[in-house]
Amino acid sequence: MIYLDHAATTRPESAVIEAMIPFLSENYMNPSAFYQPAVRTRMQVESARRNIAGFINAPYDSIIFTSGGTESDNWAIRMGAKICEDKGRHIITTKIEHPAVLNTVRYMEEQGYEVTYLDVDATGRIDLESLKSAIRQDTVLISIMHANNEIGTIQPIKEIGKIAHEQGILFHTDAVQTFGHLKIDVDEFGIDLLSASAHKLYGPKGIGLLYIRDRKKFAKLLFGGSQELGLRPGTENVADIMGFAKAVEIADKIMDSDIEAQNALRDELKSSILKEIPGAVINENEDNHLPGTLNVTFEGVSAETILIRLDMNGICASAGSACSAGALEPSHVLTAIGKSTDEASRTIRFSIGRENTKDDIVKTVKVLKTLFA
Amino acid sequence: MKKKVVVGMSGGVDSSVCAWLLKEQGYEVIGATMQIWQSDECKIEKEGSCCGISAVEDARRVAECLDIPYYVMNFRQEFRRDVIDRFTGSYLKGLTPNPCIACNRYVKWGAFLGRCSEIGADYLATGHYARVEQLPNGRYSVKRSVTAEKDQTYVLYNLTQEELAHTLMPVGEYTKPQIREFAEKLGLPVAHKKDSQDICFVEDGDYARFIKEETGSLGKSGVFKTTDGEVVGKHTGTVQYTIGQRKGLGVALGHPVYVTGIDVETGDVILGSNDDLFSDVVYATDINHMGEEHFDENKTYTAKVRYSQTSVPCHVKYVDDNTIKIEFESKVRAATPGQAAVIYDGEFIAGGGMIIRK
Repeated sequence: MIYLDHAATTRPESAVIEAMIPFLSENYMNPSAFYQPAVRTRMQVESARRNIAGFINAPYDSIIFTSGGTESDNWAIRMGAKICEDKGRHIITTKIEHPAVLNTVRYMEEQGYEVTYLDVDATGRIDLESLKSAIRQDTVLISIMHANNEIGTIQPIKEIGKIAHEQGILFHTDAVQTFGHLKIDVDEFGIDLLSASAHKLYGPKGIGLLYIRDRKKFAKLLFGGSQELGLRPGTENVADIMGFAKAVEIADKIMDSDIEAQNALRDELKSSILKEIPGAVINENEDNHLPGTLNVTFEGVSAETILIRLDMNGICASAGSACSAGALEPSHVLTAIGKSTDEASRTIRFSIGRENTKDDIVKTVKVLKTLFA
Repeated sequence: MKKKVVVGMSGGVDSSVCAWLLKEQGYEVIGATMQIWQSDECKIEKEGSCCGISAVEDARRVAECLDIPYYVMNFRQEFRRDVIDRFTGSYLKGLTPNPCIACNRYVKWGAFLGRCSEIGADYLATGHYARVEQLPNGRYSVKRSVTAEKDQTYVLYNLTQEELAHTLMPVGEYTKPQIREFAEKLGLPVAHKKDSQDICFVEDGDYARFIKEETGSLGKSGVFKTTDGEVVGKHTGTVQYTIGQRKGLGVALGHPVYVTGIDVETGDVILGSNDDLFSDVVYATDINHMGEEHFDENKTYTAKVRYSQTSVPCHVKYVDDNTIKIEFESKVRAATPGQAAVIYDGEFIAGGGMIIRK
């Protein structure tokens, strides 16, 4: 199998699984319990939190574990807007957000909020001037993703953070695609709320986090016990937290070499496709893209056909998003960068990851070539 | 190398057994469900429906059970354009279309077969109660299923020679009880599922409501007239009526009356007796020749003008290259513009076309 769908999920590192196993077996304590075995577990959970916090230059008590990116996005937007409701009910986001953000802001619209959806250019970047002019007296929240999951374009996050803070507006970023892949410094970038998910960085599924700059002013989404600094109830998902922390530790160590290696493979895939497949068009921002993500519009063959033919050859890639039944749907991201529905239905995302080799790229291009021969 | 076949799986018992039969016969089988419904949240979750999330889940469980690859393929756009829009458009033109025929022609053997060959499959297979065979004259034709009451050849008359050359229908060799027995023996999770029925995309069978929702129109409003021209009532739109309809007319004349004609220009709906519905001549156009390159004007065929009828002996005359006159030896009931006239030579489809008038 050649796995080129790392933006969907990644294979957990064996060190991650090893770090989790004790907490799925002999070390099964509830970290909130009083006796010493549980206290030891609590110490390990908090040490995991501390390490993850340090990774994005955040204080330890600003990291709240959640069930994943979707919960974090929901929470950040719903409560981020709520705590500022005295100031107003206007939210700014973009047209290319993940459904976890888009559908949450749509819910907010139903609740009486107004939402501005910023356009992006053909490379998927927002225009900072448009952001500035979208800001109103009653704007309370800006939610803009760090990098896009489909086309890999990275937003000018630092500039956005600066604009938000100058206006005293909360800034949330969905960093699910970048956490563990790119350097993030919540202070330097001016981020107030950040969503991340472990399974995109070779960690386990079902665990994520919300970074909250000022947790004392924040509000709960779920009600229950006093876990997670009183902000997110439910017995801690201890094993997954351990796995998350291990994944972050590894990412921290090898991020630079990961970036370099994946950029090289991406370049290889890009140039081979452009050379070998007539009519192929790369959808990207050349200067600001995720190291491993390559989005390609092909000519004359549907994405469904391409994906099945790749699948038959043991190659995993993806296209757009799937409906609840599993059929492929035209992507709102591609529409937002100006692709027609027809072009969108011929577009594939390859996302390269840590374990890919040059040989994987060569084989993939070879299969693609047979499709367009 | 094994021949590759894509089986169109609806999640029902027939297409599930179809996949198993072909696997047994040594084909490399790939399962696929056509996603045709329009909204992400499928409204049609009733039992026996052929699309929607529960249907996909059933098909996926069967694919798991048979250990075959499985895909959900998106044909929403094609289904919208070639089935739903044609359906509503035809009704507004005073026709009574058969959407299954359109779906087979344009979506299953159009877009879906195209997708199958693109992914390198040699055949498309379906769970229809019909058989595909090559005749001594070299042409392919659809042969009636071994069970007359399940026979689905009527909705398949439009398939081209090229399409038939790449089509397998193994289920037609068996009776429904045999197919259920296979499913039970294999422990397929859908062995006891009900048969699908009616128009799959009109949830409650109320196609007039559906057309109103889709197009905003029920067709021209007008009057009910007897065959003598006497006005006997009013109605709110022609699409609510079809030839042969007796129920739901809201007209009491002291004897049973049936819709015998619809004029979409004037809005007239003509009511007559049951006898008025019978005719021994039917004209059809948009002809597909299947078992024979041309109909033999001297030969006796059989034909039927409705899915559920038995076929009646007839002769076929050409009006022009693409229009035929079918002369029945005994009268047929409720030949309806928009429905198909399907002509059989023995067990095989010789060809067919869309009825334009009596």
